[in-house]
Amino acid sequence: MAVMGTRMLRKEDPPLVTGEAKYVDDIHVPGELWMGMVRSTQANARLASVDVTGALTQPGVVAAYTGADLVDGYWVAPLPCAWPVTPDMLNPPHYPVAVSHARYVGDIVAVVLATSRYAAADAVEHVVVDYETLPAAASLEVAATDSALAHPDLGTNKAYTWAIDADPEGLAAALEGSAHRVKATFTQQRLIPSAMEPRGVLAIPSPHGQDMTLYSSSQVPHILKVMVAATTGLPEHSLRVIAPQVGGGFGAKLNINADEILAVALANKLKKPVRWTETRTEAAMSTTQGRGQRQHIELGCDADGKLTGVRVYIQADMGAYMQLITPGTPLLGSFLYTGVYACPQFGFVCEGFFTNLTPTDAYRGAGRPEASYAIERAMDMLALEAGITPEEIRRRNYAGGGEFFENWTAPSGLVFDSGNYGPNLDLALNMADIAGLRSEQARRRAAGERKQLGIGMCTYVEICGLAPSRALGDLGYAAGGWEHATVRMLPTGKVEVVSGSTPHGQGHETSWSMIVADKMGIDPADVVVLHSDTARSPLGLDTYGSRSLAVGGVAIAMATDKVIQKAKAIVAHQMEANVEDMVLDDGNIMVAGSPDRSTPIQAVGFAAFSAHNLPEGMEPNLQEQVSFDPSNFAFPFGTHVCVVEVDTETGYTDVIDYIAVDDCGNQVNPLIVEGQVHGGIVQGVAQALWEYAQYDTEGNPLNPSFMDYLVPSPMEMPNMRLDSTVTPSTSNPLGVKGVGEAGTIGSAAAAINAVVDALSHLGVTDIDMPATPQKVWRLIQSLDQPSANAEEVSA
Amino acid sequence: MIPAAFEYTVAESAEHAIGLLGEHGDEAKLMAGGHSLIPMMKFRLATPAVVIDIGRLNDLRYITVEGDQIRIGGTTRHSELEKSAELMAACPLLAHVASKVGDPQVRHRGTLGGTLAHSDPASDLPAAVLALGGTIVATGPNGSREIAATDFFTGYFESVLAIDELITEVRVPVSTGGWSYQKFNRRAQDWAIVGVAVANGGQGVSLVNMGSVPLRAPAVEAAIASGASAAAAAAAAADGTTPPTDLNADPDYRSHLARVLTQRALEAAGS
Repeated sequence: MAVMGTRMLRKEDPPLVTGEAKYVDDIHVPGELWMGMVRSTQANARLASVDVTGALTQPGVVAAYTGADLVDGYWVAPLPCAWPVTPDMLNPPHYPVAVSHARYVGDIVAVVLATSRYAAADAVEHVVVDYETLPAAASLEVAATDSALAHPDLGTNKAYTWAIDADPEGLAAALEGSAHRVKATFTQQRLIPSAMEPRGVLAIPSPHGQDMTLYSSSQVPHILKVMVAATTGLPEHSLRVIAPQVGGGFGAKLNINADEILAVALANKLKKPVRWTETRTEAAMSTTQGRGQRQHIELGCDADGKLTGVRVYIQADMGAYMQLITPGTPLLGSFLYTGVYACPQFGFVCEGFFTNLTPTDAYRGAGRPEASYAIERAMDMLALEAGITPEEIRRRNYAGGGEFFENWTAPSGLVFDSGNYGPNLDLALNMADIAGLRSEQARRRAAGERKQLGIGMCTYVEICGLAPSRALGDLGYAAGGWEHATVRMLPTGKVEVVSGSTPHGQGHETSWSMIVADKMGIDPADVVVLHSDTARSPLGLDTYGSRSLAVGGVAIAMATDKVIQKAKAIVAHQMEANVEDMVLDDGNIMVAGSPDRSTPIQAVGFAAFSAHNLPEGMEPNLQEQVSFDPSNFAFPFGTHVCVVEVDTETGYTDVIDYIAVDDCGNQVNPLIVEGQVHGGIVQGVAQALWEYAQYDTEGNPLNPSFMDYLVPSPMEMPNMRLDSTVTPSTSNPLGVKGVGEAGTIGSAAAAINAVVDALSHLGVTDIDMPATPQKVWRLIQSLDQPSANAEEVSA
Repeated sequence: MIPAAFEYTVAESAEHAIGLLGEHGDEAKLMAGGHSLIPMMKFRLATPAVVIDIGRLNDLRYITVEGDQIRIGGTTRHSELEKSAELMAACPLLAHVASKVGDPQVRHRGTLGGTLAHSDPASDLPAAVLALGGTIVATGPNGSREIAATDFFTGYFESVLAIDELITEVRVPVSTGGWSYQKFNRRAQDWAIVGVAVANGGQGVSLVNMGSVPLRAPAVEAAIASGASAAAAAAAAADGTTPPTDLNADPDYRSHLARVLTQRALEAAGS
């Protein structure tokens, strides 16, 4: 039964769409206590005193602790940062409850435990904190000057400098000798990840001994288990971590959070279950945020429009502390600042700065949307300088001349597995009807119409399939990038798959079932996927970086192959045939060319279980395991075209069409691919037009709620038109690349390129994200050209 | 996001609600649809000791056209205004404005009386009632009184409603002359950054979110009455206003939007 590549409906959806699914907040145990967090109202303040006595007398309150109360005996190490990107990176200790100094608004300064969520929330208001407020490093700009220090003891805000600059003189000369040059600065504003399910945690201690079960709304239960052991000192083998249904994460659940460690430590101390669920305001203020960069990019081309060099300098906002992969996040993009283009010279420098703001970390795309934005905006600017169209400058610079290639060494030194950029661009431009759009744009300009048309494109590449363990080691990352899978056929012929990668909305149960069913020739309904519980799935590295399919899915496929091989050996033995002659056809194992005598593969489960008649020396049971460590990353790519109407009177941008042609290699389930691309596109366009986590000069968050932090709804987006090309990866045997982040990586640049294109005839060359109506209107006003005029177009 | 403790009481009738208001005074808040009150309670910006639920007063849910007047019960839902064929025929502006409030969930819970009593200058329906020259009927322990919409709003979230009064009815004249509602926001579900309602071909023009209360734009109305073009009349749209500043818009931009939207509304209304 061929199921690979079909649009099978997702197996996991019925409980999700009927409300039957159980998230952490739905799970309750008798005697549980709620944590209430007392959060700093100051961005940078010494804690002169924290007095919890008032809270202790409130109804339902069981205990209350300051940071100082918890210094001894609760943790053996601060919260972890797994990615010290340089040997001399500054990484001040970050404890779950601030001990003597609060570093951002939202930093936990005390915790109250009460018998209900309401009692905890009430009691929090009775904790008295005396702050000695210091000037806050409340923005990247301030932090970079050291005029206010996020961590005064460090004497500087600069945490590290990281570079790829093999030939700075050569790069300078190349840029100097260019026929056309562009220098630009872009801002990647901070974003609030906004998963549908807020984060939550429930730690359940065993009444005796040290056993502890931790439920957490986490993308990374396996990593969490190791880190809970490392921070609390509880023995790793007494811990079990379960991520039940997890309603999205986008990277903000790829972390080890104060609340998780606090719940375990307090549950262990009190021998009571301890729980907490963040409010949306807490999510906005104290769960990690995304982006937060200033990007300086300089690039040039020769008279033919061919790139001569790209030089990049990034300032990255770490926030107040290094979370799990805070310092490495901007560097995930470092290798992609030359995009899909051949370029003889490339240099990249990143400096990370502490600020007194919410810590940053991975957010859908993690470093790669930023890189894609910078190069794709800059390519449009360079096209304007060189007097050629955006698509033409891209074509002239595509790796492999825009034709099919395998194993191409990019300017950053990475080897792109495969690509075929020209046909992908052609398909997208045809779908968009680029000629028709341009002629309509010219008409509106000539007529000076109120609503001007803009067409923006982006041809992106990304790094997926994180990752070859050796490559991660070279980058200073503490862990590896393999993934583990177990496939077992049960006595009744049903199949259990144990996945080390942990879904939080991606559809692993469907995709893994399809891979196994396709290989075995059985019904996907006969496959169950077990995951997200370290007791069921003890080995795994979880889900992030579009790695699940390209690493975890491949491990599933490889383990399935091994099961099939063993099943063939059993059947061959029973048929007194050679195993080399056995074939598996539509779920039946037989000697090649002799279909009249066959055994259904699902019958072999019982034979392996009963073990009455197995080949000499073969172990009973039909179960195989694989830990797959890929040899290379995978490099999906694609073209996005965004079409906007900008109302020149109000500054409002209306996205009227969106075309995306993605190439993620072979597809297991196009329905899931499209779902990923839809969501990703909206998140990227959201950065371009709506979302921005803002702070005032004292570090107070200005929009930590969904009233003011504008996540777009379906009303704001047109129906997206999708297609794909298929260029299989050479990095894994399935030829798959990953698609979880692609939409986000391609869309912000396409949207801003479109806004700028709509206004370019008025002299607009750039606009900061988000391109709010007020900002667009002011920009038009500042150019002193209130409306389009025909003269300009013809000039 | 966790409200403080409060008592919850269901009012069985308007009289019951008024009695409860008299009993609890400023400790109590009426809750109709709850879509403004509950978020404020979750943020602990509002901490009423008693919440009196008037959402079940179904005898105050009606739309009746009598001669040249439309009477609408205080707990009539936005979705009922939006979908009422009678209202669409007799006062299309009001039905249309109701369809622009929030999202479907909000429109199925929110009530006309509730949005007027809340007196949020950024809300849509108060401005429509204002442009239409509507009347608000407030009922208290001593009976009912009629308040012209122009006299109703006194400040940011403030009105002339007494602590023990309930909006039982809203009256607007039948109005089928040229009308338009121009709502400018960044997302469909949001409050207006600026909104402009035009009724009766420009005889009534009102502004959303251009000050601490929903405003009439008398200079625009006067210009239209004297035969000015839409463009000329709209130039005065922001005159005398003190628009607020927030993350979406500063006063300059709001004033500009008011002029642009007023011109569009007047043109759409055939003024």
